Amino acid sequence: MKEIILTPKELPDVGLIAETITPDLFAGKSIGKIASLLIFAGNQRKKLGDFFEVAGKSADDASDTRIVIKGDITKVKMVGKGTKAGEIVIEGSAGMYVGEEMRGGKITVLGNVDSFAGQTMRGGELVIKGNAGDYLGAAYRGDWRGMRGGVILVEGNAGAETGLFMVGGKIKIKGNCGTFAGVHMKKGLIIIEGQTPERAGAEMTGGSIVVMGDTDILPTFAPVNEEKNPEIDGEKLKGTFQTYSGDHAERGAKGMLYKFV
Amino acid sequence: MASLIIKNGTVYDPANNVNGEKMDIYIKDGKIVEKAARGAKKIDCNGKIIMPGGVEIHSHIAGGKVNSGRLLRPEDHKKLVMPKTKLTRSGSGFSTPSTFMTGYLYSKLGYTTAMTPAMPPLMARHTHEELNDIPMLDKGSYPLTDGNWFIMRYLKDGDIEKAAAYAAWLLRSTKGFALKITNPGGTEAWGWGKNCKSLDDPVPYFDITPREIIKGLAEVNEMLGLPHSIHLQANNLGRLGNYETTIDTIKVPSGTKNKDRQTLHLTHVQFHSYGGDSWKNFESEAETVAKAVNKTDNAIIDTGNVTLDNTTTMTADGPMEYYLQSLTHFKWMNRDVELETAPGITPFIYSPKMSTAAIQWAIGLELGLLIKDPWKVLMTTDHPNGGPFTRYPRIISWLMSRPARDEMLEKVNAAAGKRSSLASIDREYDFNDIATVTRAGQARSLGLSETKGHLGIGAHGDVAVYDIDPDNMDPSKDFKGIEKAFSAAAYTIKGGEVLVRDGEIVKVTYGNTYWTNPHVDKSLEKEVLSDIEYNFKRYYSVNLANYPVQDKYVKNPIELKIDAQKVGA
Amino acid sequence: MQESLSKRCTVASDVVCPFCGTLCDDIEVDVKDNKITDVRHACRIGTAKFFSVLEEGRPTKPLIRKNGVMVETTVDTAVKKAAEILKKSIRPLLYGWSSTSCEAHAHGIAIAEEVGGVIDGTTSVCHGPSVLAIQDVGCPSCTLAEVKNRADLVIYWGCNPMHAHPRHLSRYTIYPRGYFRERGHQDRELIVIDVRKTDTAKIANKFIKVDYGRDYELLGAIRAAVNGNEINAEVVGGVTKEEIQKLAEKLKNCQFGVIFFGMGLTMTSAKHRNIDNAICLTKDLNRHTKFSIMPMRGHYNVTGFGEVLTWQTGYPYAVDFSTGYPRYNPGETSANDVLQRGEADAALIVASDPVAHFPRKSVEYLAKMPLIYIGPHHTPTSLLADVFIPSTFVGIETGGTAYRMDTVPLYAKKVVDGPKGVLSDEEILERIYKEIVRGK
Ligand code: SF4
Ligand SMILES: [Zn+2]
Repeated sequence: MKEIILTPKELPDVGLIAETITPDLFAGKSIGKIASLLIFAGNQRKKLGDFFEVAGKSADDASDTRIVIKGDITKVKMVGKGTKAGEIVIEGSAGMYVGEEMRGGKITVLGNVDSFAGQTMRGGELVIKGNAGDYLGAAYRGDWRGMRGGVILVEGNAGAETGLFMVGGKIKIKGNCGTFAGVHMKKGLIIIEGQTPERAGAEMTGGSIVVMGDTDILPTFAPVNEEKNPEIDGEKLKGTFQTYSGDHAERGAKGMLYKFV
Repeated sequence: MASLIIKNGTVYDPANNVNGEKMDIYIKDGKIVEKAARGAKKIDCNGKIIMPGGVEIHSHIAGGKVNSGRLLRPEDHKKLVMPKTKLTRSGSGFSTPSTFMTGYLYSKLGYTTAMTPAMPPLMARHTHEELNDIPMLDKGSYPLTDGNWFIMRYLKDGDIEKAAAYAAWLLRSTKGFALKITNPGGTEAWGWGKNCKSLDDPVPYFDITPREIIKGLAEVNEMLGLPHSIHLQANNLGRLGNYETTIDTIKVPSGTKNKDRQTLHLTHVQFHSYGGDSWKNFESEAETVAKAVNKTDNAIIDTGNVTLDNTTTMTADGPMEYYLQSLTHFKWMNRDVELETAPGITPFIYSPKMSTAAIQWAIGLELGLLIKDPWKVLMTTDHPNGGPFTRYPRIISWLMSRPARDEMLEKVNAAAGKRSSLASIDREYDFNDIATVTRAGQARSLGLSETKGHLGIGAHGDVAVYDIDPDNMDPSKDFKGIEKAFSAAAYTIKGGEVLVRDGEIVKVTYGNTYWTNPHVDKSLEKEVLSDIEYNFKRYYSVNLANYPVQDKYVKNPIELKIDAQKVGA
Repeated sequence: MQESLSKRCTVASDVVCPFCGTLCDDIEVDVKDNKITDVRHACRIGTAKFFSVLEEGRPTKPLIRKNGVMVETTVDTAVKKAAEILKKSIRPLLYGWSSTSCEAHAHGIAIAEEVGGVIDGTTSVCHGPSVLAIQDVGCPSCTLAEVKNRADLVIYWGCNPMHAHPRHLSRYTIYPRGYFRERGHQDRELIVIDVRKTDTAKIANKFIKVDYGRDYELLGAIRAAVNGNEINAEVVGGVTKEEIQKLAEKLKNCQFGVIFFGMGLTMTSAKHRNIDNAICLTKDLNRHTKFSIMPMRGHYNVTGFGEVLTWQTGYPYAVDFSTGYPRYNPGETSANDVLQRGEADAALIVASDPVAHFPRKSVEYLAKMPLIYIGPHHTPTSLLADVFIPSTFVGIETGGTAYRMDTVPLYAKKVVDGPKGVLSDEEILERIYKEIVRGK
């Protein structure tokens, strides 16, 4: 695997749109070409090299290309958008939309990410060592088909509306999760190892949500039974879980909520 | 205004019986003329084909319902965007493009005129505001009259003259071009969550049937002498077995005649040619419907082709949209309009893997190919209902090439081949047919064939040039090339000005808005007006004085004054 | 009525009230010597709006900040300065728009596109959540006389029209006689659902008190009951299961029902998910009867801004032109988000008062950047401005298009001339636009 190292220079307050930072666009390009990829700073069309020192070498193939970003890029949006292959490692915190519409490859963020990470993700792996903002692995506005595949792992906490309109894939959160986890979910799996205050699975019609910590369950969920060490979508869980079906505000809902007891 | 000589192209101008002749076209002061003007600019079109500018008779591009569709679908807009350029405004939207973008996209296809077919009268101001923001095209809009309380009452009372006077007032008040009827009666029934399920199913509380509404309005239309015939979306759109209603509907106004054109324009008939009694045995009845159209001498249709896309359905047929969303469980908008009509909107994904969608795709093409006279079958997608108008080039390639259709039949659900006759049809359109179904026929149906849809002397200088060398291209074989050429006009010329070159916008203009203004007998008009006043106060939510569209809302209007004084005299 | 009135005594009728989203269009205004002397048919707050044009100390001269103090200047200079600020900015925010005409909106959008800015309306802080919900699940709705002619069941949820939309009940929903409701309010039932007994609740046939922040649960429970499912609790949001089931039956069995909702639903706890669930309830009810739902839009033309922006760009608020094409995602491209992340570096505020209504953190950022303000009044926002161009009142001193809460468009006409030399929002914005593109 070949590595391209991006070291952030001083980043402007207006925020950057950097959807060009992806192995698919870096592969087969010289350092100079990469440095001249388009980045928006507010309404200014700028070059990647204006904001990042670019070093290393890219492979001909995206799948052999790793991008390492040295430091915080909390003002930078859309890093890794649409990534199909290869790897991105952000050695700090990142801005909004990390891994938006990602289809393959792997993105690792050592710090936190802002909202909309993994929006409408279809495949690949998104690992966040810190916390995630709202709308993690969620659908874009109006889309009734959100995350369709792939895996998102958050080692810290996640915000509200995680997995909105999820129709496939897995989201695992080691910490706590905000309200409305899995709202409108149709398929797929969300595992929350910490607590989530309330309204998990609101308006879900399918899929599964596991909550290990505390949560208030909506009155429109119905208790089903207790399950020991259940296996859901290939995930083996340890312990005893009270299961609920819902959300019965909907007609014919087949969502399942697993609450650790 | 610039003068032009369009040289050396191969011209297809079916209205003037010019079928693939090499000839030059001259434009002066925005019109086609006989002789080249002094100092005219030359455009060499050697190895290219020339047609009149495209004319669109039915495309939902402006108004409250279209805008609700836009509001509903941010995820659609994200799929297709146009950045601002030095010349053009920005925009977004694949199935429901924003206004500026709509004009640019049509122009790139070689279109110069487009009508938006379904304007709730109460919302007419909105439709015109949007039309004003659509560049590149001449435009117009059809006020909806399907569930109109005045119309229904007058017709029920047998007061056809009053109905006509009211319709005249409505056209004037809305600055509308033609009378649109969508699911007659059904839209009023939808006020109670009900529908009219056959031509003889009475409208709740109004004691009138869809058949009576259609027949009455067809008579009204011809009494007023409007340029276009009634423009009808039949009852039971999208329902299983609806072809029977469709065939029945074709016969309804058969007693009403017009010497220049049809007296019934039946729209997006693909959606009305369904057989079967469950979605499992859903099948095409296009052959039966085509036969009925072949036989009639006073009805023509447009197709409403399905293009197998993720699109947005929007019609004034509220109960239909409700029914559709109850099948898909997709998001759904409903927009009932007091005393008038009931638009609805819901997204739809015509997946080629789905048997129904594949059959719908086949039906649209069957209609085009089985109706013998191309003047009687106009090409539309009922944009965006069957798919966005930007797919026209693809439909053209399907119509022109059996191999193109065969290739599709291989790809889509096998039901398309089995439950329609498409696989057995050899017919391939030629360029003359294409020019007929996309321009000449549309202009004639609209009653605008004096100036539009042809290249004869006196016609508007609206011309489309495509990069196709008819001597060296076989559309049947090179259907991909056909699609490509029709996607990006080599030139789109409007009023003698080059707006598009090589598929790129080179000039932005704003066209005219056409509206019709029939005048009936003064005393009859007065009588009807006092009736309108009485009912407005009681039942509308706005004051009568605030209802008619003020002149300032129509940019570049062309008012077609019609003397209908004999009505009521 | 003529567009310009000077010394005559006239009565203007069929005037549109430019105050709230009810957009009453039956107002009569008496004018003498270009002064409004009487206003008939309007409610208290609407009348006050008409008379506010006579306000003492109304600004008529543009102001511009020089060495920290605002000094009078000409319109030309103010327009030039405004254009300069916007041209220099790399992330300008253009905000407001709810109390001006659609004609002004169009110019504002053209400016935003030209300078690659973010344009957002006050929707962002009132019914933005309703828009998000509509985009997720749709919205079965109707125009207001559908309610007048047909409704036998009217619900106001989280709103108090008696105060905020005073003529809503008398013009459209409860009191008027309709075609199928000949006896007016006797033919209808009014239900109010709210956290406290408002004045609207006091006149209701039924008031249901919901616990603060529990509307979402209550809506879900009603849906479950409507859809024939069990409710797994005895009390939801302070309402008993029996009462919920009874209510569900009532909703299913009316002939034509409608829910109007306000900021009590959009701005509390579950926010857009409240609206989402309320819309889904309405959809569920359409399996049984006819039901509609409608947001009670506040400012008179907040709806119009959404319409114009949507047809021109595809999106109803929070549109970001920085990449050259419209981008939309409230949470990122909405005014408060752009401010609180410290992205915006200049602002144009038109026909609204964000300083009075935004969270402190946003206001702090606004205070730091060059700010242009266009509006008829001095407001907390105008006090922060570097350029202040006073404008006329739309619908009183200038004509223009406005969209009612049910999206019915009306022409709000002019009844008096504005103060000498004061231009309309539309004219000012057009001039700024022309100044920006000049020489391009
Ligand atoms: S209800 Fe609203 S629009 Fe009507 S008069 Fe009062 S303030 Fe004006
Ligand atoms: Zn249509």
